[in-house]
Amino acid sequence: MISLFAANWSTFLLGFWNTILCSLISLFFSLIIGSGFAILETVPNKFWRGVAKVYVEIFRNIPLLVVTMVFYLVLPTYTPLKLTGFQAGTIGLSIYSSAFIAETVRSGIQSVGVGQMEGARSNGMTYWQAMRYVILPQAFKIVIPPLGNQFVNLIKNSSILAFVAGFDLMYQGDIVASNTFQTIPSYVLVGIFYLILTLPLSYYMQYLEKKGV
Amino acid sequence: MARKLQKMTALMAVLLLSLFLGACSKSSDSTGESTTTYNRVHSSKTITWGMRADTRLFSMMDVKTGKAKGFEVDLARAITKQILGPSGKMKIEYISEKSRIMDLKIGNVDAVMATMTDTADREKIINFSDTYFMAGETLIVPKKSKLKSIKAFNNSKYSIAAVKGSTADADVHKYAPKAKVIFYDDYGSAYNAFKAGKTNAMVSDNAVLAGLIADDSDKFTMLDTTFTVEPYGIGIKKGETKFTKEVNQALAILRKNGTYQRLMKKWFAGVPGFNIKESSKTTVSDK
Repeated sequence: MISLFAANWSTFLLGFWNTILCSLISLFFSLIIGSGFAILETVPNKFWRGVAKVYVEIFRNIPLLVVTMVFYLVLPTYTPLKLTGFQAGTIGLSIYSSAFIAETVRSGIQSVGVGQMEGARSNGMTYWQAMRYVILPQAFKIVIPPLGNQFVNLIKNSSILAFVAGFDLMYQGDIVASNTFQTIPSYVLVGIFYLILTLPLSYYMQYLEKKGV
Repeated sequence: MARKLQKMTALMAVLLLSLFLGACSKSSDSTGESTTTYNRVHSSKTITWGMRADTRLFSMMDVKTGKAKGFEVDLARAITKQILGPSGKMKIEYISEKSRIMDLKIGNVDAVMATMTDTADREKIINFSDTYFMAGETLIVPKKSKLKSIKAFNNSKYSIAAVKGSTADADVHKYAPKAKVIFYDDYGSAYNAFKAGKTNAMVSDNAVLAGLIADDSDKFTMLDTTFTVEPYGIGIKKGETKFTKEVNQALAILRKNGTYQRLMKKWFAGVPGFNIKESSKTTVSDK
């Protein structure tokens, strides 16, 4: 296995790098989009709540592969939008993960007692001020452990890039496996690379949880 | 401090476990000799064939019946009956280009007939039967494409779709070293990506490509010249000489008694882009 890595290290490292890049971009956007929809899901306005609910339910209940294929194959066929595999995969992953993050953050917001909002409002804050300075800081503290799980899932789900030729770790692993015929060592190496990414993240999340932020 | 140590140990344990798994894979290659393919086939009166489900003309799943049909399916059935007699049974396991060699190694299937080219690299890992189909690699391009030969693709801005586990990248780079080869999981996804304009062309064997573009012949065209010779062989687990011999004998008889020619005509007569005589050749030097 070590000799397999020695002979193919550049292939694996390119995949590792693309997986990290895709995960970071998706993490950033899915956190922003997800939090946005989480807030929308809790506003008093029924219309916006409905919009957020529809978004979350659609993307939470469609397989990631389908979402990605829409961006990779369907959109380019019917619109002038041209996306590479990496772009399509990253967009698909961001949207898919954002639905799960929205649900996680929403549960955090709703677990902050009603009294907090009422107290903030009665002290003269507007709804958005109360959200920004009182509710959200408490909500994020609560959702850190489940959010950590979502991040780990997101990194693992980035293997979706392998299906749309996004040159990620899984794709490169496939190529090495089929060129060297050393199937098991190749996939074990791929697994180790994913562990290098996800294990420290899990431990860091556990640490944050213990520390209570 | 003790906590930290505990965590480090856990981390190390996981890494060691994966290393161990990797080491295991090496030793398992040589085990499993106690039951040979030959014995298994003859005691169960069944040959388990690893076949594709996505290759028109060769082996394609019929959505209505749920069964595969094509040249390879018919030939596999004929070989099964030739080896085991009329009561012999044939079982089909669907495999992918990525997994087919692994399936043989671990004994999921007895033989693989899946448009697999007999190459020197693969011969180090599995046995091959005699050639049952002589194909050649070529490209399909959109009808209006200006790129009419493999050499025209020698530019990093051109990309070509291929299937993972195939020999296409090395072959393409021999003639067009700068062309980008992008891999997909199976013929279907490679073709869909090519159709959606993700790549300028798709590379594969002429017989496979002919099947793919059959419905879209107004939009796509196959280049006339092939740039490699791809002798398809039946893959059998390494070291199973007795079974390999038996398959070769069956193939020779089927070629002699006309069954082979009948099947070739049945599936490939009138398909544009290649001729039956070329494809029936048994050795490359026949050319």
